[in-house]
Amino acid sequence: MLTTDAAIAANRFGYGARPGDLARLGTHARDSLSQQLDGGAPLLTDRALPASRDLLARAEELREQVADAKADASPPAGGAPDAQTAQLAKLGKLLRDTYLPAYAADVAARAHAAIGGERDFLERLVQFWSNHFAVSVDKIVVLGLPGTLEREAIRPHVLGSFTDMLLAVEQHPAMLLYLDNQQSIGPNSKAARAADRRGRELGLNENLGREILELHTLGVDAGYTQKDVRALATMITGWSIGGGKGRTRGGEPGVFFFREAFHEPGAAQLLGRRYAEDGVAQGMAGLRDLAVDPHTARHVSTKLARHFVADDPPAPLVDRMTRAWLDGRGNLPAVYRALLASPEAWSTPLAKYKAPADYIYSTYRALALPFKDKAAGLRVFEQLGQRSFQPGSPAGWPDRSPDWDGSSALLQRLQWAREVGLQLGSTRDAGRLAADVLGPVLTADTRSAIARAQDGAQALTLLLAAPEFMRR
Amino acid sequence: MDHRRRHLLRSAVAAGIAASGGMFASTISFAGADAGQRRFVFVLLRGALDGLAVVPPVGDRDYARLRGELDLSQAAQRHRLDDLFALHPALDFMAGLWQQKQLAVLHAVATPYRERSHFDGQDVLESGAVAPHAAQSGWLNRALAGLPARGAGRNAGIALGSNVPLAMRGPTAVASWSPATMPGLDDDTLQRIGQMYGGDQLLSQRLSEALGAEQIAGAEAGMGGMGRAGGAAQIAQVTRAAANFLAQPDGPSVAMFDTTGWDTHANEGADKGLLAARLAALDGGLKSLREGLGTTWDRTVVLIATEFGRTAAVNGTRGTDHGTGAAAFLLGGAVRGGRVLAQWPGLKPAQLYQGRDLMPTTDLRSAMKSVLRDHLQVPQKMLDDEVFPDSAAARYLPDLVRA
Repeated sequence: MLTTDAAIAANRFGYGARPGDLARLGTHARDSLSQQLDGGAPLLTDRALPASRDLLARAEELREQVADAKADASPPAGGAPDAQTAQLAKLGKLLRDTYLPAYAADVAARAHAAIGGERDFLERLVQFWSNHFAVSVDKIVVLGLPGTLEREAIRPHVLGSFTDMLLAVEQHPAMLLYLDNQQSIGPNSKAARAADRRGRELGLNENLGREILELHTLGVDAGYTQKDVRALATMITGWSIGGGKGRTRGGEPGVFFFREAFHEPGAAQLLGRRYAEDGVAQGMAGLRDLAVDPHTARHVSTKLARHFVADDPPAPLVDRMTRAWLDGRGNLPAVYRALLASPEAWSTPLAKYKAPADYIYSTYRALALPFKDKAAGLRVFEQLGQRSFQPGSPAGWPDRSPDWDGSSALLQRLQWAREVGLQLGSTRDAGRLAADVLGPVLTADTRSAIARAQDGAQALTLLLAAPEFMRR
Repeated sequence: MDHRRRHLLRSAVAAGIAASGGMFASTISFAGADAGQRRFVFVLLRGALDGLAVVPPVGDRDYARLRGELDLSQAAQRHRLDDLFALHPALDFMAGLWQQKQLAVLHAVATPYRERSHFDGQDVLESGAVAPHAAQSGWLNRALAGLPARGAGRNAGIALGSNVPLAMRGPTAVASWSPATMPGLDDDTLQRIGQMYGGDQLLSQRLSEALGAEQIAGAEAGMGGMGRAGGAAQIAQVTRAAANFLAQPDGPSVAMFDTTGWDTHANEGADKGLLAARLAALDGGLKSLREGLGTTWDRTVVLIATEFGRTAAVNGTRGTDHGTGAAAFLLGGAVRGGRVLAQWPGLKPAQLYQGRDLMPTTDLRSAMKSVLRDHLQVPQKMLDDEVFPDSAAARYLPDLVRA
């Protein structure tokens, strides 16, 4: 028997049903989700996927090559502005050539995991966190890196503690580069004072400190002030990346490196609490407290509940998740279990409009298609309005229906559905497939539209266009 | 129909109360014919445009000191506006508009929002409310209800981009259009999808909007190939499509699009570099808009705004952090330009907001309200009550547009 629980488990908590999934889930759909939480961390072990340290070391080599070429070519007085521009353009191209294959490999790898894996609830969680800690590739220097952040800082901790995930993310080179922290310098640090003597001004960059408070932990309404932003930014001065040249050389290239000379000395006051000077540990102590702050627990629990259950998640559900967060000191499986144990999680199916990536993954799953690593497979995300790892800002992709249900976005989805229908319609029985993967949420309108279609291509297009397939 | 007539009646009554007899008469005639031919474009620059870079106050003695490496005192001389201000050297087209008195600059402006979150700042800018997340609809959408009626299937507003931004969301249906379209959908399949959506209000509405927009965009539909977000090609593609819609006699009165990439925390650059490239792309897009509009340009006002400004001083990474007072622009053939509208607060430490940002002295909503009232003829009472609630502090600015 195909149960509503099974349809909810597959759509709300997974990336949609594959043929036979709803029948297999049967009456133990809820147990199957909590069993997904019992295994080990969902790591991606494909050796072809590059580590961030290798990518960044390669980027550093390229920078040096370009700099050397320039030193050979131009007079000692230094390059004219035009030469400098040309040099930057050349470096940009070299970086892109290095990064694009890595970017494509990571997009394909996470798509494989989402489409083919048995633990698609965990893949949903991985992509949720990856978006919570968004690193957007419209900044060229991080183009190859968001996938490494997901693999190196998120996957190992998705079944662990939020504290560990937070520390791993904020010290990951992708995040440090994306939000400019690698060159943020305490105004009274050794480096700033030395620069001052040379007549240069170096200083603080608030970007990462601010977004940690606003986006990653407390949330914008938590009542912190500009002073807190500055305090946290100061506490994490020196959190940087190894490599560099001349005065700033130090550490292993491409790996998190604490540049003591950049660090602002002295105690800091964050959210009314005093943090003594403690080098790299000062910022870590601040993050540890932020991770279990009640505002963080509520802010992130609300986002989780919104992602899985409803645009405006029911308050009792958020309350239970927040309490689980605080009781477990940020233990994430406890929060997920509070979500799964709540009655609100199992009522009102199809409450969310699918984001484009959800729509694409669920189409592949419903059709039991392998993900094509080819450019065409990657381009679909862009065509449907959600280019992988490019939300455009550190806030990540938005997560409410009005963010995705625009009319031209719908048209693009329908056009892709038509292409898929034309390619595969003759090989599928769309009527049977609709009953198989939608089960109890399939409506009479959709069933009869599919039954009356003029051919297999049109029938499959209609299944993929159906209101109950647009939602999850 | 009844609803529409009520609106017109209410508008006329409101205008009659608010203004003299002469104004009353002219409002009626605008509501009948001319107002339907006026066009308004709202361009939202997401990420907080650096106002002190785009309109550098080169005549302020404190400016160069604060800006350090970002100082434009020399480079901006080519687009000097007056004793105090210049225009960024990358903005050649806009500088030309200034010469033709079709560009007005607003400086030291802000919405009521005084924190420094992009996302909340954009929410306030788009919703027209005084606090973040206070409204589910946008000011521009609510203003559409005050425009003259148009034929069935014709929307008063269009959002360019694949989804409708908050400013354009609300009770009035708007069209949307984006450049990345693909071939393949035949009419028969579309019709069946439409039938299948019969019981689904949201999807059936979205589908009919999509099909309406698709027919009008026609000429642009085959272009495909989105550039990088905010890149020159992409902006020009969007502005050309906007011009196509707006230039139609029965086209929308209002269009909106947004661009990203203005969040210049590091290596912002001065006359060359990151920000200069973005500005050049925007400038080129506006040029395409003007060319595409033809004579419609004479009846058009474009407002360019951002959620807030950036720090007055350069930061430690040759960029600027989130600030407060910002710059905005009004341009178009219907703008009374060649003016900088600013109560300049100065840049000395004590004159800065919280000792770090340009002090806001003009409410951005003043410009929005004035353009909606004086250009699109949206009734003042509706603006004060519904479009910008709690905006009494934002006074109307006289003579922004050519009547």
